[in-house]
Amino acid sequence: MLSTRDLVLSALFAALVAGLGMAPPIPLGFLPVPITAQSLGVMLAGALLGAKRGGLALLLFVLLVAAGLPLLAGGRGGVGVLMGPSGGFVLAFPVGAFVTGLLAERFATGANPIRLFAVCAIGGILAVYAGGIPWLSVVAGMPLEKAALAVMAFIPGDFIKAGIAAFAAAAVRRAGVLPTAHA
Amino acid sequence: MLGLYLHRDSAVHRLGAGVKMGGLLAATLVVLALPGALGALAAGLLGLGLLVAAKLPVGRVLRELRAPVVMLTLLFGCQALLAGTGWAETLAAVTRFAALILLATLMTLTTKVADMVDLFERLFSALRPLGVNPAKMALMLALTIRFIPLLAEQVREVRMAQQARGVERNIAALFVPLLVKILRLADDLTAALDARGYDPTDDGRHT
Amino acid sequence: MIELRAVTHAYGDRAVLRDLSLSIRERRVAILGGNGSGKSTLARMLNGLIVPSSGVVTVDGLDTRTDGRAVRQRVGFVFQNPDVQIVYPTVEEDVGFGLKARKVAKDEIARRVTTVLDRYNLTRYRHQPAHQMSGGEKQLLAIAGVLVLEPAHVVFDEPTTLLDLRNRRTVIQVIRELPQKAVVVTHDLDMVMDFDRALVLEEGRIVIDDVPAVAVPAYVARLG
Repeated sequence: MLSTRDLVLSALFAALVAGLGMAPPIPLGFLPVPITAQSLGVMLAGALLGAKRGGLALLLFVLLVAAGLPLLAGGRGGVGVLMGPSGGFVLAFPVGAFVTGLLAERFATGANPIRLFAVCAIGGILAVYAGGIPWLSVVAGMPLEKAALAVMAFIPGDFIKAGIAAFAAAAVRRAGVLPTAHA
Repeated sequence: MLGLYLHRDSAVHRLGAGVKMGGLLAATLVVLALPGALGALAAGLLGLGLLVAAKLPVGRVLRELRAPVVMLTLLFGCQALLAGTGWAETLAAVTRFAALILLATLMTLTTKVADMVDLFERLFSALRPLGVNPAKMALMLALTIRFIPLLAEQVREVRMAQQARGVERNIAALFVPLLVKILRLADDLTAALDARGYDPTDDGRHT
Repeated sequence: MIELRAVTHAYGDRAVLRDLSLSIRERRVAILGGNGSGKSTLARMLNGLIVPSSGVVTVDGLDTRTDGRAVRQRVGFVFQNPDVQIVYPTVEEDVGFGLKARKVAKDEIARRVTTVLDRYNLTRYRHQPAHQMSGGEKQLLAIAGVLVLEPAHVVFDEPTTLLDLRNRRTVIQVIRELPQKAVVVTHDLDMVMDFDRALVLEEGRIVIDDVPAVAVPAYVARLG
């Protein structure tokens, strides 16, 4: 059962992911595409809150996007965006947070940034792309491998985000303010 | 909490959120079942009809559609150049999805966020047998909406700190105070809910 | 009446309240003391948000350890930071939250919300998002959200600390006019001068317990 604290944490991280989408993207000189911080929120929610609460946080986020709040990067929202070419990535956010959390609960319970990085990369990149690429392929009527190729430009930025998420999560865990994940 | 809603006095606006959502789902299934070109035509005509009926400004609606259409066109262009084959089918498929996105966008522009959230709450009640607690989902959605402005402000502060220090600095270190703040906020907020008599064991049924 | 008997509380090894015994019957009671003196913990014990490590806290005869829900119905709590206690997006929904949690009927909720918004001059904000209000208005909203539940006692934890001078004055006036019994934790010495009683906490113990006219100068003298 969800405790009051569980509900509060999920809601606050959902609001954090929305807040991250409202910030201007971070330009990194050596990358062709500026990185938007939203998928950083997916990884942080999973790594810090665990599977259940992290997945729930991103589910709340997706529901509010579907409800018509302009919460996606660039002020976009609504069911239309979710049905659009990049919609699969957003719909996979809850799965990404859930997988990140599940792996973190098993393999990265400490403050080891390398382990946390691996967990964030698998949950926040692999799981999210596993939802996003097939969706793109269907919507754009293109073969799967072409769809995969089309989003390759975003991969380096996402690895940087996994790094940021891993170091931030490790530091928060060392600070000892984290509520214990009682599943 | 205005969201993307665009108020007009029209029959489309007055339709219930559930009707619109159900209609969108049905239209999507029908259009996808039809052959590409026919589906595109059907969805396109329906979308244009609703656009006129909803009295929405065409320019505003097209602006909402710009991002997905640009992306689809780019993808379609690459496809046509690289793959070479089946461009007519691809065009039909892309047009079909653009038309469906138009339908979905119309729903968002004509339905208030609060009505959509109410619809979700009714859906959660239907999912009660699966262990979903509608009262908790409703409270979480409300809490999220309430705290978005506050957290957007906090993220802006972190971004300003990043700019002030130069982005080459450790970005992760800048997120840590924000995360610690959120976790402490969670403590206070939990106490505040408890203090006002919130009972997490309540399953939302009326007694 | 709120009563503490031999109350001790510790977070891990760190004791924050040491063997406190106390009865609160007065209409207005101030709790003073420096940061870390234990006064916030004491305040949270009065409505059962924190239960003591040892000892007993009772409110009108109800034990906070066993009758937590009933105690929270009797004792309202207003926090220092209004931003953490407003939980719903709009003013009307937020004020109605506690009543909804208690399963009060819808039309009854609407009626009581109307009355309380009117009393605190918040009617014009009824359908507005809470986050657009000023700090002082948010604190009034937080107080309204507690008072709509019609508690017998209200505990305030530093209600004026984050407010500017004008809003501070408004909140002080609201507390002064409250029909309920109130316990106020504060650093704001001016505000407590017309109270019935002032307690000064130091390292988890009560070091001064008297009328404000005596207790406040003694507290100031202790600070050196």
